[in-house]
Amino acid sequence: MADMARWEHFPHQADVGVRGMGATLEQAFEQVALALTAVIADPAEVAPQEMIRLSCAAPDAELLLVDWLNRLIYEMATRNMLFSRFEVHLEKNHLAAQAWGEALEAGRHRPAVEVKGATYTALEVAQQPDGGWLAQCVVDV
Amino acid sequence: MDLALFERESEFEWRIKPFGKMRVPGMIFASEALMREMDAKVYEQVANVAMLPGIVKASFAMPDAHWGYGFPIGGVAAFDAGAGGVVSAGGVGFDISCGVRTLHTGLRVEDIGKVKVRLADALFNNIPAGMGSTGAIRLKTMEMNAMLKGGARWAVERGFGTEADLERIEEGGCMRGADPAQVSDQAKKRQRDEMGTLGSGNHYLEIQQVTDVYAPEIAAVFGVKPGDIMASIHCGSRGLGHQIGTEFLRRMVLAAPGYGIELPDRELACAPIDSPLGQDYLGAMRAAVNCALANRQILTHLTREVFSQVLPQARLQLLYDVSHNTCKIEEHEVAGRMKKLHVHRKGATRAFGPGHPDLPCELRDAGQPVLIGGSMGTSSYILAGTEQGMQHAFGSACHGAGRAMSRHQALRNWNGRNVVDDLAGRGILIRSPSMRGVAEEAPGAYKDVSEVVDAADHAGLARKVARVAPLICIKG
Repeated sequence: MADMARWEHFPHQADVGVRGMGATLEQAFEQVALALTAVIADPAEVAPQEMIRLSCAAPDAELLLVDWLNRLIYEMATRNMLFSRFEVHLEKNHLAAQAWGEALEAGRHRPAVEVKGATYTALEVAQQPDGGWLAQCVVDV
Repeated sequence: MDLALFERESEFEWRIKPFGKMRVPGMIFASEALMREMDAKVYEQVANVAMLPGIVKASFAMPDAHWGYGFPIGGVAAFDAGAGGVVSAGGVGFDISCGVRTLHTGLRVEDIGKVKVRLADALFNNIPAGMGSTGAIRLKTMEMNAMLKGGARWAVERGFGTEADLERIEEGGCMRGADPAQVSDQAKKRQRDEMGTLGSGNHYLEIQQVTDVYAPEIAAVFGVKPGDIMASIHCGSRGLGHQIGTEFLRRMVLAAPGYGIELPDRELACAPIDSPLGQDYLGAMRAAVNCALANRQILTHLTREVFSQVLPQARLQLLYDVSHNTCKIEEHEVAGRMKKLHVHRKGATRAFGPGHPDLPCELRDAGQPVLIGGSMGTSSYILAGTEQGMQHAFGSACHGAGRAMSRHQALRNWNGRNVVDDLAGRGILIRSPSMRGVAEEAPGAYKDVSEVVDAADHAGLARKVARVAPLICIKG
């Protein structure tokens, strides 16, 4: 089941769609966070040196996804960090997570673009016919 | 887009007859060619906006319209508070008051030749650009609040520019009704290091040359002639605006059912203008407008400093500053009567016609300068607001070329280094912290801005005045 975990970008005319997939909803949320980092820089270039904890809650899973990504966008902006490893725990639309990353270094990470916010466009959190989970939305850059 | 979905009212006006829950018609201003290329999502989004409470006249889209969030990018809609009208955080977007300002430099093209590389490098070294770049100014709480209230006026009072600059900014450089208390601590924290930064994506600082003049009498009033060197800055309200957009979008999504508002798309999140949430948002959004105006003013100051080092004879004077993502209270004629409306422009430029009282005296007879940014390799345009445009879409015009393809696709098609080299071969110097960013912003990823501008001109939204071509582009 572990190899179900992957992320990808999907096209939006002006911006970028981020999509995470996994055997569990938690895994899909972890993967979509990697897709978010990949909008900015190559996650493989981001060392998981420093850990931060964050949590959020929302009335439904889709709003929770937007909140999760927006929390990461906020942490990246205010800590000037990028993240490359995530561990997500979900309980009844309450999310508690750990994110590992390092300080952004423009010369090394060469950030392509900064993300302004996660949107409700193409927003979907759903179980797939194969039993795996998908979590996606468009982010504004 | 399937043209059979529209009633063609004139060569450049495409009407969507109200259907379902639409309260007013939809109206797209564009040429037939632009309509055919336009994303089918624009049709859906224009129709969705027409379903919102209190919308007046029509849900409009400009010639550069493309698939946005809730509202199309290039969308214009006005709401009447007295008729249950709404204000929409989605209708303004994340980058509140993102806009363009263009400055005269007092220089001619022959003045630039020898120092072009030095100027490009000096601008790149002194203008913070790209993700993670920080400005030199740190604002403590009191000063942050003063900035959010004062906008570009605050910046000028702190020495970043002159009184003369303020006359050439919408709202005189200071948006009234800003309420810093409605701006969260998170939004303020996100702005802490970002005053006087350009940002990334499609934001830029460009040194340009005027190549063509189409309306000499207006160009004379604007003070532009072929061979003149101009400087243009495209950026917005930075982290503060993004955070306000994020927070209020969520609050409005959750509150909409309580206000009896059925959202055709969650991204259209809105609240009645006359509700506490609507007023809180307007207070916060206006503070973000001021943040954007202050930011562009500081960047102008930095640009002036660079010029004073490299080309001391330069005198940078502001032609005009326009904002693209806003909701403003304006008076417009509706069915023969003047009405106060909340006009949302999402990726659209205010384009007030001649005689409008909000325009500075020297420009009033010519109409408002409308600054249309192109992609980094092509050209930008200066237009002027028209009387006809006031009747069409509440005095609004397009805002840029609009993307023709996704960033994803652009990355597959271009390599950043090659794009920089190609443009250098054509005399355009690009400086950017990210080659991937340059590839994603490759000129070919954008629509032809000339086609968009011609459509705006022919549709009567604004009149084409001059074309400017890039010489140097600092890309975030």
